[in-house]
Amino acid sequence: MKKASVLMIIGSGLLFSLFFFPLWNIELGAPQYPVPLGMNIYIDGIKGVKEFDIQNIDGLNHYIGMKTIPKPEEMWEFTVFPIVIGLMATLGIAIGLGAFFEKIKPVFFLYWLLLMGTLGVLGMYDFNLWLLDYGRNLDPHAIMKMVDLNGNPLTYEPPLFGHRKILNFDAYSYPHIGAYLMALGMVFVFAAYLVGIKQYKK
Amino acid sequence: MKKRFNLLAVCSLAGIFMAGCNNPSSSNKQSGAMATNAAERVYVAPGEYDEYYGFFSGGFSGQLSVYGLPSGRLFKVIPVFSQDPEKAYGYSEETKPMLMTSHGFIPWDDAHHPDISQTDGELDGRWIFINGNNTPRIARIDLEDFSTAEIIEIPNSAGNHSSSFVTENTEYVVAGTRFSVPVPQRDISIKEYKGNFKGTLSFISVDQKTGDMNLSFQIMMPGFNYDLAHPGRGKSHGWFFFTTYNTEEAHSLLEVNASQNDKDFIAAVNWKKAEEYIKAGKGKKMPTKYAHNKFDNSTHTATSTMKEEVLILDASELPGLVYLLPTPKSPHGCDVDPSGEYIVGNGKLSANLTVHSFDKMLKAIESKQFDGESYGIPILKFEDVLAGVVEQPGLGPLHTEFDDQGNAYTTFFISSEVVKWKLGSWEVIDRKPTYYSVGHLMIPGGNSRKPDGKYLVAMNKITKDRYLPVGPDLNHSAQLYDISGDKMELLLDFPTIGEPHYAAAIKADKIMHKSREIYKLDENKHKYVTKSPADAKVVRNGKEVHVYMTMIRSHFTPDNIEGIKVGDKVYFHVTNLEQDFDVPHGISMLGANTTELLVTPGKTETFVWEPKEVGVWPFYCTDFCSALHQEMQGYVRVSLADSNIELSWSLDDE
Repeated sequence: MKKASVLMIIGSGLLFSLFFFPLWNIELGAPQYPVPLGMNIYIDGIKGVKEFDIQNIDGLNHYIGMKTIPKPEEMWEFTVFPIVIGLMATLGIAIGLGAFFEKIKPVFFLYWLLLMGTLGVLGMYDFNLWLLDYGRNLDPHAIMKMVDLNGNPLTYEPPLFGHRKILNFDAYSYPHIGAYLMALGMVFVFAAYLVGIKQYKK
Repeated sequence: MKKRFNLLAVCSLAGIFMAGCNNPSSSNKQSGAMATNAAERVYVAPGEYDEYYGFFSGGFSGQLSVYGLPSGRLFKVIPVFSQDPEKAYGYSEETKPMLMTSHGFIPWDDAHHPDISQTDGELDGRWIFINGNNTPRIARIDLEDFSTAEIIEIPNSAGNHSSSFVTENTEYVVAGTRFSVPVPQRDISIKEYKGNFKGTLSFISVDQKTGDMNLSFQIMMPGFNYDLAHPGRGKSHGWFFFTTYNTEEAHSLLEVNASQNDKDFIAAVNWKKAEEYIKAGKGKKMPTKYAHNKFDNSTHTATSTMKEEVLILDASELPGLVYLLPTPKSPHGCDVDPSGEYIVGNGKLSANLTVHSFDKMLKAIESKQFDGESYGIPILKFEDVLAGVVEQPGLGPLHTEFDDQGNAYTTFFISSEVVKWKLGSWEVIDRKPTYYSVGHLMIPGGNSRKPDGKYLVAMNKITKDRYLPVGPDLNHSAQLYDISGDKMELLLDFPTIGEPHYAAAIKADKIMHKSREIYKLDENKHKYVTKSPADAKVVRNGKEVHVYMTMIRSHFTPDNIEGIKVGDKVYFHVTNLEQDFDVPHGISMLGANTTELLVTPGKTETFVWEPKEVGVWPFYCTDFCSALHQEMQGYVRVSLADSNIELSWSLDDE
């Protein structure tokens, strides 16, 4: 039981890495940008990969009427996400400690994991909504109003995952270190659950 | 006299013989690009980088050009001593002070010998120095910005030619005078040259952190012409060697009267001794006047200060400071091999190349067996200091550089060739023609303890039929040779800017990674910076109007200005708000009596416009900055001097 509890504590504790490492990364390369512009998405805000990337992305986006990349205070998510992650990590560690001292059954590891999974999916859904709004809700006075072959206005949202060609830019969107560490944490928690119930049954 | 006649006869015979050997058309066929895969060896594929940065002096263009080697592609022309309308250098209010001298604003000079800073005798790529020959000046170019950071004028000098060469740790940049002149300048007859005219050798100290130059001291020398110089290195570190000509002290028809002495001198200067003398208080302060100009990267503005004093050490009065090494026939180049032992005097009218030994020189000084003196400076015996002679290598030797295998390479102006010879055995190994009349040559690191014996670049004065004809004035040229084998191989031939007197090259990876991309707007301390469009404004102060303007893709703020009047002096202080690499914006105003500005990201620059006619006058961005570049424009309304139109400015009528 002790082994499982330690795994649970480490697994849920890995959530704290999200306070230090970005969750997601979007890169924008173009012929004029052989070194791509990039943004790292943290749970508490968006930062440029290089010092002036955000400013330069905003500068380019003004041609097609996109809003500027939101500052932390402009999106409630950047306030709420750190609280939720902090609470979930604390809760996970508490469950782990409870199990360590044999006050809590290992099935709670699974409950924690399901709750975390649900929150994760909601987070991704919310992130996608923002991407869609960011790419489609354009300034009607934009300098360049591009349409497709059928005359529909072009949209510019970067992909949630993978590659998309947006005018002269190639956008690549992938999870970053924080997400990988979180995923590793989830694997630990699930392993904790498996190990835990095995030992608990004995 | 009879002996000389014979020598000349031999020379001219040799000349005919060699000219026959070097028939360019025949050797062209032998070394065609197809036969030797030369094309492949200089081909740098699109998007790939050259192995070396090559810095070529612009000679009478006053600038310094940056080429890639081995491709011979031109990357940039850095304005140094001459105004450059392309970059507004010497035209913008910020850069005008760079070209100030004690004679006022001078828009041009003759840029000669670039030299890259060194640490422990190796090129370090911090700065490159170059001399202005005409109105004596030394410039320091910062190799993060690739722009001129500092220019210091050299007083008591005229024809600043034996310059600008650095010591092994860049302790000093050294500058010697070509012309001797009355010091201090005074109204005397030119015929009173002998004994009254003096030459000075200037030692400019360099701050190792900032690069700031300071004219530390000058050594007062006899009235010879000081032609070229190079530092001692390794064991001869602490010494500096200068070739002299006109030791006859002729003041007219020098081509004859300064060619009479069988031997002139190489002056060996012990600058460590000079430092001791200064510490001992033997220097004399002399009133003078020279400009010291610095560009500040945070205010983006140059300042010019007039200095009024210089410390003089008199070589005639201070024993052990200078010794004279007899060297045949008006030596030009003065080149020191990587070990610091050999000092090559390229006697341009001599049939042979003379090489002195540093060790022998020290021994001769110790034994005090002098061959007389000149103005109190001991002359060493020729035989005592001679290391060896390269016999009959060619005609008109000018300059020598070295590889890392103990070989030397000398250019011969008259016979138009580069000759490879062995240090120590003094035998000629190879010779290759140049097209034509080669002056300087350069091997990357060839003036350091660690030469890179892969390429040699010859710089030629005459090009004649080498390129498509373009009228009577032609470019000079450079030829790139592969010297990695026993025999030199001509790989590439490319035209140059102005007249390249010497060049310096360094491995690209020593500087490419520190090359600046932008200036941070946050750190911009220009007096008239505008950091946000919200702060853009127009301020009137009597007849002076200051426009605080910003530029970003793809508009100026403000772009409509009214209330300017005929007779106003309008200062446009323009800040480029971009913080993205390679996004400069330009600005030019119809009728402004100056150049455009080309403002790199984060910088502020200023031009002045004095409108003479009423009307509405446009300005626009001169660098195709973006897809909406053609829209990047604005108008200024100019009214009569007595009109009561209020000063106003706007962007999008706001």
